[in-house]
Amino acid sequence: MVNMNMVQAINNALDNMLEKDKELIIFGEDVGYFGGVFRTSDGLQEKHGKHRVFDSPLSEGGIAATAFGMAINGLRPVVEIQFADYIFPAYDQIVNEMAKVRHRSGGEFWCPVTIRTPAGGGIRGGHHHSQSPEAQFTHTPGLKVVYCSTPFNSKGLLISAIEDNDPVVFFEPKRCYRGPFYGDPHNVPTWKDHPEAEVPESYYKIPLGEARLAMEGDECTVIAWGTMVHVAEQAIRNSGIRCDLIDLQTLVPWDKDVVVKSIKKTGRCVIVHEAPKTSGFGAEMVASIQERCFYLLECRIERVTGWDTPFPHTTEWDYMPSPSRIAEAIRKTQEE
Amino acid sequence: MAKKKTETLHIPDAPHRPGDSAKFEKWTWAPEDLNLLKIDCSVDDTREHAEGLVRVLNDEHEAKGEWNPNLKPEELIMGLEHMLRLRIFDDRMMKMQRTGKLSFYMRSYGEEAIAIAQTMALETQDWLFPTYRQPGAQFVRGRDMVSMICHCIGNEEDNVKGRQMPVHYTYREGRYISVSSPVGTQFSQAIGVALASKYKELDEVTITWIGDGASATGDYHYALNFASIFKAPVILNVVNNQWAISTHSNFASGIQNFAVRGLPYGIPSIRVDGNDFLALYSVTKWARDRAAKKLGPTHIEVLTYRAGAHSSSDDPSRYRPKDASDFWPGGDPIERLKEHLINIGKWSEEKHLGLEEKLDAEVMSAYKEAVKYGDLANGPYPSSDAIFTEVYETPPWHLQEQWDEMKLWRDE
Repeated sequence: MVNMNMVQAINNALDNMLEKDKELIIFGEDVGYFGGVFRTSDGLQEKHGKHRVFDSPLSEGGIAATAFGMAINGLRPVVEIQFADYIFPAYDQIVNEMAKVRHRSGGEFWCPVTIRTPAGGGIRGGHHHSQSPEAQFTHTPGLKVVYCSTPFNSKGLLISAIEDNDPVVFFEPKRCYRGPFYGDPHNVPTWKDHPEAEVPESYYKIPLGEARLAMEGDECTVIAWGTMVHVAEQAIRNSGIRCDLIDLQTLVPWDKDVVVKSIKKTGRCVIVHEAPKTSGFGAEMVASIQERCFYLLECRIERVTGWDTPFPHTTEWDYMPSPSRIAEAIRKTQEE
Repeated sequence: MAKKKTETLHIPDAPHRPGDSAKFEKWTWAPEDLNLLKIDCSVDDTREHAEGLVRVLNDEHEAKGEWNPNLKPEELIMGLEHMLRLRIFDDRMMKMQRTGKLSFYMRSYGEEAIAIAQTMALETQDWLFPTYRQPGAQFVRGRDMVSMICHCIGNEEDNVKGRQMPVHYTYREGRYISVSSPVGTQFSQAIGVALASKYKELDEVTITWIGDGASATGDYHYALNFASIFKAPVILNVVNNQWAISTHSNFASGIQNFAVRGLPYGIPSIRVDGNDFLALYSVTKWARDRAAKKLGPTHIEVLTYRAGAHSSSDDPSRYRPKDASDFWPGGDPIERLKEHLINIGKWSEEKHLGLEEKLDAEVMSAYKEAVKYGDLANGPYPSSDAIFTEVYETPPWHLQEQWDEMKLWRDE
């Protein structure tokens, strides 16, 4: 085990997989020589050769289309979209092509592409470097959607995503690349000494579809993903209420067993995400939970989310769900 | 890196990397090489101009050839002043960025001539659809520097209300359309702006810019196709500064001439020295005349070099030689115009120093005034109500509810 930040853990996962699978190929904007603007592919071109790790033209649509073509012809591309905000020129290729080719070809073609993309706010990125567009992909049949939150799960989930034979959109919370974020921009720890930053250097997997119980408690179930896992952890500590904190990890398919089991115990639920509220993945969770757990619920399910507005630049802390907002929602579930 | 036997794909490389000495082919183009084209010339007539390089200033800083726009000395001095203003402004903003007064910054270093000469060649009613590397156009259109700084430092006086990252200016009064981070989108949108002017029978031309990197996007090709089909009154500039962050222009196009890509679309295309104020002015004026006479679009490659980092978040010494821009055959745009003015007896080192001092003081005074309204490190910020306003023309009920909820939290 080695202490790694999330950038190093992702880099290590890619390195392991380049060693293991000679059909694996990595490309994207600035990922080759430079090693990525966030350094996630640093050193990989030098180690594995520039035909396996290379820069692409600045063309997200072209990146996705090329990855599609390689994948249906036997390669296993892992591509990077530099910011999730810039994924939309690739949306047609991802939604209409990658997601549907297995089905439309009667199973004769399939598309094992992993699309890695840094997402989420908290870096003063304004509305084009902060969005968290997971719901735009969870609404697409044929795609799997993963959202990691720690060095340990980023590596294990990424390896599973790469080995999966379906297309996976893999969101990386860029706010947490170099440390967990507890909702206070003036107090930014690194991953050093964090238990989830102890990462094996060798190959391991965290299966897609399995959630992680980040905290245990019997009074409320808090469900989050990405950066919000850490903000929710802070909120739970502040609230003094004993909560299960479920880090969903995979949004499609999500872990119904862990969620139902927890709600059986607590009867109460808060869902947190930084993406806007309307049609956010939280809405799907609320609907599914009431379908499965209606008689187990002691109170209504609370949602704490970003607002239904573009992500702001200077006032981003008034946009992102804060520990106080989340703690208040947890308290509300205890009123009845 | 030694080529490994297993390297089965052709992957381009940059011409130079850290540790190499910067390599540029020597320019063989002289101002006298290319004739001034008639504005109703055919696409084929422009081939030579697309394959060559339109220059006016020669290596001795003399203005030569048929493309010389014969500008008055006071116009040249105005151009020099705007370029120097932008460079000094950029340096001040970068210093502020390093102290946390703004989150991020992008300089136009080495590319100052482009937006300034080109905007000076246009009429004031013409629309500018820029990237983040053409802020200098705003000086030409008379924007108050204090207002520009207030945007960058995201204070209470930011006209875009703390919503956008620095350098993403909006200046409607100067017909400078809002800058968007997704690169390339403006290029195809500019065709629509131009066609709207044409539909309304207005004497307005639209100019837009895109980088060499973003010319790999679909938007670039949509723009050329739509512009050609509908004969849009638009000037389409590909600013080839060689680098898209760390990615060399070898990865943007399989041919290292961006101008000629307009020809098969049926658009007259010209390559111009992007560090030559006079050549830029002249080619742009020519393109504007074509558009105004309903002769349709012009496609221009502006050949230059990104002398600085992509942005304050970038460190180019990791992917190219530190001193590469010193060897750029096009030199420095400010230095070249300055030397030309000295050559013709209209400028001197003393005058230049005096101008620098004047602009230093101007920038410093604007900076001091702007920070009175707050900055990103210390506030005060635009009200967070601005998160909710102008999402729609009027907020629907669900947004109003969330707005009320936000107000309960923001002061805690």
